[in-house]
Amino acid sequence: MNNNRVSTLAKRGFGVLVLLLLACIVAFPVYYSFMGSVMKNTDIVSSPPRIWPEHGLTWSNIVTAVHLIPLGRQYLNSFGSTLVITASQILTSLLAGYALAIMKVRGAKIWFALFLGTMMIPGEAIIIPNYLTIASLGLRNSFIALVLPYLASGFGIFMMVTFLRQFPMELVEAARLDGCSHLRILWSIVLPLSRPAAASLAIYTFLTHWNGFLWPLLVAETPQMQTIQIGITQLQSPDDFNPGLTMAGAVMAVVPTVIIVALCQRQIVRGLTAGSSR
Amino acid sequence: MSTSAPRFAGQNSSVHRLQSPVEKPEQERKPQRTPITQYWYLLPAGIVFCIFVVYPLFQTFRLSVSGTDLFGSADTFVGLRNFTRLFTNPDFARILVNTALFAVYTVVPTIVISLAISLMLNRESLVNRVFRTVFALPFAYSVSAASIVFSAFFNPATGLFNEIIRQFGGSGVGWLTDERFALLSIALTTVWMNIGYNILVLLAGLGSVPEDIVEAARLDGASGLRLQHYIMIPLIRPQLFFLIVTGTIQSLESFGQIHVLTKGGPASSSTTLVYDIYLHGFANNNSNFGYASAEALVLILVVAIITVIQFGGMGRKVDVA
Repeated sequence: MNNNRVSTLAKRGFGVLVLLLLACIVAFPVYYSFMGSVMKNTDIVSSPPRIWPEHGLTWSNIVTAVHLIPLGRQYLNSFGSTLVITASQILTSLLAGYALAIMKVRGAKIWFALFLGTMMIPGEAIIIPNYLTIASLGLRNSFIALVLPYLASGFGIFMMVTFLRQFPMELVEAARLDGCSHLRILWSIVLPLSRPAAASLAIYTFLTHWNGFLWPLLVAETPQMQTIQIGITQLQSPDDFNPGLTMAGAVMAVVPTVIIVALCQRQIVRGLTAGSSR
Repeated sequence: MSTSAPRFAGQNSSVHRLQSPVEKPEQERKPQRTPITQYWYLLPAGIVFCIFVVYPLFQTFRLSVSGTDLFGSADTFVGLRNFTRLFTNPDFARILVNTALFAVYTVVPTIVISLAISLMLNRESLVNRVFRTVFALPFAYSVSAASIVFSAFFNPATGLFNEIIRQFGGSGVGWLTDERFALLSIALTTVWMNIGYNILVLLAGLGSVPEDIVEAARLDGASGLRLQHYIMIPLIRPQLFFLIVTGTIQSLESFGQIHVLTKGGPASSSTTLVYDIYLHGFANNNSNFGYASAEALVLILVVAIITVIQFGGMGRKVDVA
């Protein structure tokens, strides 16, 4: 009995040790990038490499990065485009979800299937025509170009319809009998009760589009219109290897998403797994 | 078209309609008809999809049978010439192999590592909650940020990986400059990026395994690896399947890490299908949209096949439930 308990304790202790080792390996690039962004290059590139700064910390990497490229402006581009995309996707998904799951418009199933079908088309495969569309509208290198193709998403509609199918219909019916218009019901009954689904969708959409790469790379031509994800790659210079500087850029690009991931894991999971079951 | 779906209580007129389909068709059909205003709700999403998904889909077909001039306007019909060029190009065969290898290099290790970690993390405790957050952190890293961090590790002179090899007496390798290692190095970066996401999904699956099933298995004497193998893994098969399918599609669509780390080199040893689309369509103002669109159609086809397999798998699961 006692022996047994000792052995389970030992086993659990061993498990925690293994997890600790794995966690250190997985977290090391995170630690390294944050530390590297405030460490002096003499410490970063010394051999063997220093995990802990010997020569003190410095803000110079971050300061240099901000001066080399218009990072402030690119931050604004990233935040602005991501927020517009997120707000728009929630709105368009909620409207479509209301029509398909609650009003059950004629042919709702077919509409739903069509919207879902858009999820199957890889964005990278249709990027050439989309680029040509934006170019022919004269929108290259504009804020509108960054957001326009992403104002609605099949995944958002899928999430909203799945959520609203379980919506208490009695509420809607009662409001209808009281003479409420659909817009009114959507605004004052469905929207407040959809907050959990909307929050999951918002977090998911924010993460996805904050981290977007190919589309901003194509449509934003000047540094002034680029997003932070493209901007930080400009800090890499093939002949002048400067790890502190590139780490500073990388860290600036991930701070918002690191905060979201650390705080909102539950909602992220809800968003991510919406497609995995049922 | 869909059958008469009841819209609101009290308006379910399907019974009426069955009784008098002929006498008063005008009056009876009315509740069936969706007022045109209700379609307004579908309009915003519909317009976006029409312009940026449906129309481009047809455009891709049109471009793939067109020749493009120096400025990228598709002016001539060339039939299947882009496709014959594609399939007779030995480089394209290599690119397809790279794409498939990249999927294997990324999906298999990601699934194995995240499954092992999430099985260890399954028990609810404060320590595990901290671990979960740590393991989820790579998910916050954008493709460009992760690639920048790893490109520092890959640096042949000062990078961490060669330092480790040298500590063990080796001489280090050219991670991104050696044809044998470039694709593997990009895959390593991708595995790191994807572990967090996979662990979150698997933990959600493990969390929804009913407690009594696990208890019953324990009472029957199952523990440790046997419990994991016979109870837990089969019960999270839907999540595993989902991750394998979406992970494969995601790896087919990878772009950023290749662009930041190797630009497809050396000697196109790390060029995948999507990167080749970019190289022909956009790099150096190539504007070879016809050839690139033919490649895009291949990509659409491959993703469609994988999606159909996914739907097949989901259908089977629904039958079991």
